[in-house]
Amino acid sequence: MKSEVITKGIKVNKKKSFFKRYFGQFDLQMMVIPGLIFIFIFNYIPMYGVLMAFQNYDIFEGMMGSEWVGLEHFKMFFSDPRFLEILRNTFVISGLKILICFPAPIMLALMLNEVKNMAFKRTVQTITYLPHFLSWVIVAGFAMSILSTDNGSLNIALEKTGLIDESINFLAIPEYFWTIIVSTNLWKSIGFASIVYIAAIAGVDPQLYEAAALDGASRFKQIFLITIPSIMPIIIIFFILEVGNLLNAGFEDLLILGDSAILRSVSDVIDTYVYRVGIGSGRYSYATAIGLFKAIISVGLLTLANYIARRNGNSLW
Amino acid sequence: MIKPTFGDRIMIVSIYIFLILLGFVTFYPFWNSLVISFNSGQDTMLGGVTFWPRDFTLENYQIVFQDKRLLNAFLISVLRTVIGTFLSVLVTALLAYGLSKKELIGRKFFMIFCLLTMFFSGGLIPTFLLVRGIGLMDSFWAMIIPTLVLVWNMIIFRTFFQQLPKGLEESAKIDGCGNWQIFFRIVLPLSGPVIATLSLFTAVFHWNDWFFPSIYISSENLIPIQTLLRQVLNSNTVTSQMSQLDAGALAHMSNVAKVTGKSLSMATMMVATIPIILVYPFVQKHFVKGVLIGSLKE
Repeated sequence: MKSEVITKGIKVNKKKSFFKRYFGQFDLQMMVIPGLIFIFIFNYIPMYGVLMAFQNYDIFEGMMGSEWVGLEHFKMFFSDPRFLEILRNTFVISGLKILICFPAPIMLALMLNEVKNMAFKRTVQTITYLPHFLSWVIVAGFAMSILSTDNGSLNIALEKTGLIDESINFLAIPEYFWTIIVSTNLWKSIGFASIVYIAAIAGVDPQLYEAAALDGASRFKQIFLITIPSIMPIIIIFFILEVGNLLNAGFEDLLILGDSAILRSVSDVIDTYVYRVGIGSGRYSYATAIGLFKAIISVGLLTLANYIARRNGNSLW
Repeated sequence: MIKPTFGDRIMIVSIYIFLILLGFVTFYPFWNSLVISFNSGQDTMLGGVTFWPRDFTLENYQIVFQDKRLLNAFLISVLRTVIGTFLSVLVTALLAYGLSKKELIGRKFFMIFCLLTMFFSGGLIPTFLLVRGIGLMDSFWAMIIPTLVLVWNMIIFRTFFQQLPKGLEESAKIDGCGNWQIFFRIVLPLSGPVIATLSLFTAVFHWNDWFFPSIYISSENLIPIQTLLRQVLNSNTVTSQMSQLDAGALAHMSNVAKVTGKSLSMATMMVATIPIILVYPFVQKHFVKGVLIGSLKE
């Protein structure tokens, strides 16, 4: 008798359980609902909006009424006269950034690790972290100021040392643009990006260094035999992320520094082209298709990089 | 201690020299811009102003602080940073707290729902059309609502909340506190460091962002300072490039534009930079901590 009542009770409980449980924790649910709604609206609705890459999107008709055109916009992009140039700029700028801006913070961290004077070390860190917190408008403003012909410090220095006779307007000459972009990125990011490596180096077992010193390894050798191998896993993980971002050649920096018409042929990458074509000229479907093309390649690159890393025993997922 | 070898000494000396150079190269642009902003515009035009103002003046700052457009932009930036950071941190922390509770129905699904957005996004154009479609165009809220929930911050918050000792929350529950009371009275006061760090990152984002206003905002009285500064710097480059192209005909015109041009734009830039530089020394520790919390998750 008794056991029957109990089982019945449980059954009844199970039937109502979802709603009962849900409203039983309604206050908890109310905490997550606002956030989830915002994510739905501003992340998921645009994902659905990507479908306009396969349409001739008409702002008056909306997504429902616009005409479907399949892969036409993708074909248009591949035959765009600027396609190769934009792809080249994307890979070159991004490649240069990986080549220079990726190893530089590692080297800075290794150097800072050799500095035994703490006050000096902290000063260098404080100064080099700061540019990370400035907007690209400010950083570009500094670059424009230093490089300009109008009291630009670089021109002043070059003229004083007699290397040039007349001021050079560096920001109006396409040949200099990639150097300028990579340098400003390096300037902005080197300090802050080194934080992770400094922390990793701090975690290396000091006994390893002592043992190496007893075996007669110099500090210089210890860097290559102990420090670098110890932080290699972190370097590889960040490198994978970096390669996955190969098509993100930059956006704000290129938009501001490479804005003039003279520089377009070296400064336009996929992202900035999407912006110019989409927001600038209002060709929404075409711009979305270019963006989607980039996103697909990016996912592929990240997977490939991870696959290679996994074969070497380091992986992101 | 083993004596450093000759090679090691050379290495240490080169490292010090290199780091001093790096420090100089990093610091110089700030200093030079500050110097130019305190130098009279006409004198700057003559060139040669590097380490020290030649013709010291406060004129540029007087002009900047009398410019209504600029003051308004500064105010908009402050409002955006304060309101945007507050709302973003509040909604993100609430979401993270809910998701840190094992008993939350749908927890797994909600987590995947959030995490997917880190791998896939609609991209610039669909987001732009959405903002326009829901009538946020040219409104103050267009700078705040689309980036309200930052999933990355949510994950950091959630990890932190999960590590909090459960005892306090449980005893509060026994005393009859609801989840919201527990969140505001117990959890938030215990989360000082993580709230500080994430608020700082969010605030820096809001203060520095010039791009979203440049596509969402057209009214001049809603433009934040970074976007305004971008317009100012842009028009300056245009004049200098014009003079480069056709020096003879345009020299006069661009000279007129440049009489106070560079010194004035440097003063404007300083006004937009100084809030960050002033706050920076006090919060540097938090920034560093924040990076390490973030990268541990990776």
